[in-house]
Amino acid sequence: MATPKSRPRDGYPGRALALILVVTVGLVALMFGTGHTKPRLGIDLAGGTSITLSAKSTDPKAINKSNMDIATGIIEQRVNGMGVSEAEVQTQGDRNIIVNIPKGGDKQTAADQVGSTANLYFRPVLALAPSGLQAPAPTDTPSASGSAAPSATGTPAATGTPSAGATAAAPSTGATKQGRPAGEALAADTTPTAAATGAAATGTPSAAATGAAATGTPSAAATPPATPDLSAAMTSGTVPPELAAQFAALDCSKLEQRQNHQTSEGAPAVACSQKQEDGVWYKLALGPVAVFGKDVSKAQATIDTQQGGGWQVQLQFNGKGTDAFTAVTGQLASQPQPANQFAIVLDGQVVSHPYVRGAIPGGSAVISGSFTQAEAQGLANQLSFGALPLEFTTSDVTTVSPQLGGDQLKAGLVAGLIGMVLVVLYSLVYYRGLGLVSIAGLLVSAALTYSIMSLLGAGIGFALNLPAVCGAIVAIGITADSFIVYFERIRDEVREGAPLRPAVQRAWPRARRTILVSDFVSFLCAAVLYVVSVGKVQGFAFTLGLTTALDVVVIFLFTKPLITLLARKKFFSDGHPWSGLDPKRLGARPPLRSTRRRNPSSSAAVKEA
Amino acid sequence: MSRFSNLGHKLYQGEVSFDFVGRRKLWYSISGVIVLVAAIGLTMGLHLGIEFKGGSVYTVAKPGLTISQTQEAVDKIVESHPLVQSTENGKIRIQVSSEEKVSSSVITESLAKGLGVPVQEIEAQVIGPSWGEQISNKALTGLVIFMILVTIYLAIAFEWRMAVAALVALIHDLLITIGVYALVGFEVTPGTVIGFLTILGYSLYDTVVVFDTVKENTKDLTKQNKLTYSDAANAGLNQTLVRSLNTTVVALLPVAALLFIGGGFLGAGTLNDISLALFIGLAAGAYSSICVATPLLAQLKEEQPEMKALAKRVAQRRAADAKAEAARDAGGEDGEDGSGDEQPAGMVGQRGRAAGTTRAKGRPSTNR
Repeated sequence: MATPKSRPRDGYPGRALALILVVTVGLVALMFGTGHTKPRLGIDLAGGTSITLSAKSTDPKAINKSNMDIATGIIEQRVNGMGVSEAEVQTQGDRNIIVNIPKGGDKQTAADQVGSTANLYFRPVLALAPSGLQAPAPTDTPSASGSAAPSATGTPAATGTPSAGATAAAPSTGATKQGRPAGEALAADTTPTAAATGAAATGTPSAAATGAAATGTPSAAATPPATPDLSAAMTSGTVPPELAAQFAALDCSKLEQRQNHQTSEGAPAVACSQKQEDGVWYKLALGPVAVFGKDVSKAQATIDTQQGGGWQVQLQFNGKGTDAFTAVTGQLASQPQPANQFAIVLDGQVVSHPYVRGAIPGGSAVISGSFTQAEAQGLANQLSFGALPLEFTTSDVTTVSPQLGGDQLKAGLVAGLIGMVLVVLYSLVYYRGLGLVSIAGLLVSAALTYSIMSLLGAGIGFALNLPAVCGAIVAIGITADSFIVYFERIRDEVREGAPLRPAVQRAWPRARRTILVSDFVSFLCAAVLYVVSVGKVQGFAFTLGLTTALDVVVIFLFTKPLITLLARKKFFSDGHPWSGLDPKRLGARPPLRSTRRRNPSSSAAVKEA
Repeated sequence: MSRFSNLGHKLYQGEVSFDFVGRRKLWYSISGVIVLVAAIGLTMGLHLGIEFKGGSVYTVAKPGLTISQTQEAVDKIVESHPLVQSTENGKIRIQVSSEEKVSSSVITESLAKGLGVPVQEIEAQVIGPSWGEQISNKALTGLVIFMILVTIYLAIAFEWRMAVAALVALIHDLLITIGVYALVGFEVTPGTVIGFLTILGYSLYDTVVVFDTVKENTKDLTKQNKLTYSDAANAGLNQTLVRSLNTTVVALLPVAALLFIGGGFLGAGTLNDISLALFIGLAAGAYSSICVATPLLAQLKEEQPEMKALAKRVAQRRAADAKAEAARDAGGEDGEDGSGDEQPAGMVGQRGRAAGTTRAKGRPSTNR
């Protein structure tokens, strides 16, 4: 650590202090500003919703332990994607799965999501028409594009630039280098929707984020509709005769009609769009299934970096899916409007029906629609965590009271508070003036922990359960521990007869090493548990990791600079009996080296470890 | 308190010294006895909660029925103090663990009698033991992976002997905690599993802090002939003793508050389950880092050839010193740490020296 001459020996503690105080105040302000002033509580503390799912299957043999376990795992992934929402998924008996979702979660969404079988099909579009409309409105067709290079990690999001008359090319390494494969498919007259919606910008992951984006009005730049033919019953394409009556009767603006109309995978079917497109519900006639959802090997929500930052879903097919997808996109490319589109049908509703301009080889594709972040992630989730091995019906949704009466939480908090007071008293009695520093440090830690937890409740659905509360109470000890390590080091230096300012500096590298090594061990523990485990344990591991990380932040940015500042104050540097640094009390050796004391910079060079 | 603070000073200067490392056998036997008792407790079996064991759930709908009434009625039927909750639509849910000898049909009938509702209106469901199993299995996997990783890390950051000693201390703590659970008969819930996992991190944390000082104290040890490894390690322990005690007290205070206040006001409950695990685990962790891990480390180190040679040199020197002293038959104490100016090289870090030089002052304790 080379230091310029002008720099004081003990650095600029004020800057670090200012930084952490600004951050703390900022987080607390954000917490009050967004109105998330309380951490979400787990089901054991706040109660929640209990959903009972019953498996049903045409084949009674299919309902067995291993299938139930797979289903439990998938549902766990769906309701608890980040692993910190404290949702509990457990089997009950031999055909039921119970899903407990803490209060504050989106009950309806959760209930919809958990049991849905997410059967996903790619079907060619035969015809489409707006339905339940008084006046026609332009369509807004999303686009699909693929990348020619199969990549296990999913190619970076890029719905490429429109390339008029792109031709299909064999996958080649060259293609990846260009970033955009030649198999590019994009209709020149589509609007890459997401730009028209400000959804991505707000980035609110809550399902409650109003569907403003979903039904967003088209931007001014929206291109003319792809189906200008408003006369012929506003239908474009050819409806197969066997579906004609059904198609004509279908009114997708009515909720009860937007159900799953698919009867067989090998026969054409009608379907409704899942969302309104420019305020219009579309109905579509679809050909037989071309690619199956189970052939999607991976799906993730990404931000479309090239087209104005909307949300999209990237897909990766397995071998079988890749072949089928390449074939169907090749076929569709030569068709006239709208038969050059394929529909992505999820549980009987059309999520998106993008154009195809050329065969898309390589096994990866992008679905871009007017997705909000939550929608894109939800879709990606459903695709990745795929089809459940069994079909489930929701047999019961009830709200349950907290498993532990409110008195348990109250007692926990009271105990935590008493514990905190005891710690404060102890450090005041033992460390006197320095004890004040540890109190201030604990307060900063508490403010940071509390505000981060509250914000995470809204951010990633983090919920606090009783074990996590206990973990936080233990964290008081760990945080205080770091202070003690440093204080004792300083006192050791003072015992050696060092004046306080150099003592504070010299004690730091050694205390720092101890703190870092031991905190690393704690953090490793948290990280391993987080990666390996599920449910409650994962939530706890998250809490432990968070508090450990904050411990390091507080000691580096708060405690150390504060002590450095205080060491400049007479009260401490002269070793006032109440400062906790009284050399006499500490039994410092007689100052033989008084010369050095007057000139602390002679040999007391700080060795940075 | 000032006396205590004075004690800290005396410990640091080596005026007062407890011979932890030398009393190895005593600690080992104490630990051995506790672990043995814990093991006996374990053979009696742990009292596992409904999430592990499976069990049955009964739902009763009766207007005006309170949770406490139900709890009373249920406690008369079964002994395991089942969990009673209310649900949104005025129903009351009762969870009974499968350990109950009473069959679920009997429970249903007795409940109907006790609560004054028709038998048909009590819904009974049976729960499989999948969830607790799943959580514990994954926690166990995590535990094993963590132990492997942390051993590697400690072996790199310190040395393999320290890693081994820390691991032994950790297993020691876990065994004791689980054993006490078995003996007291507290319920093991997923919350308890989490309590165990907390101990894991903390026990190692404590050991690492102690080892850090020991490592510092035993640097350049072979360049002198006053102290054996055990002496130096012990001196290090004594220097950090106050800090270890302080950190343990500070960590235990909140947990003790949880245990005694939570438990005192409410009787047995989840709070108790977790805080008991934490309390025992933390206390065992503090004890083991001083009395198990460090003596074991010293034992391992003393096996090293260079340490053996050092021990020999130290013994020779002490013998020579004793002879000289006898010859002088005047008590000019050796190693007086008055000014610290005439210290022999090696063990004594003077002020102004590089941080990291050791500072074991005063006479090594040799109460043997």
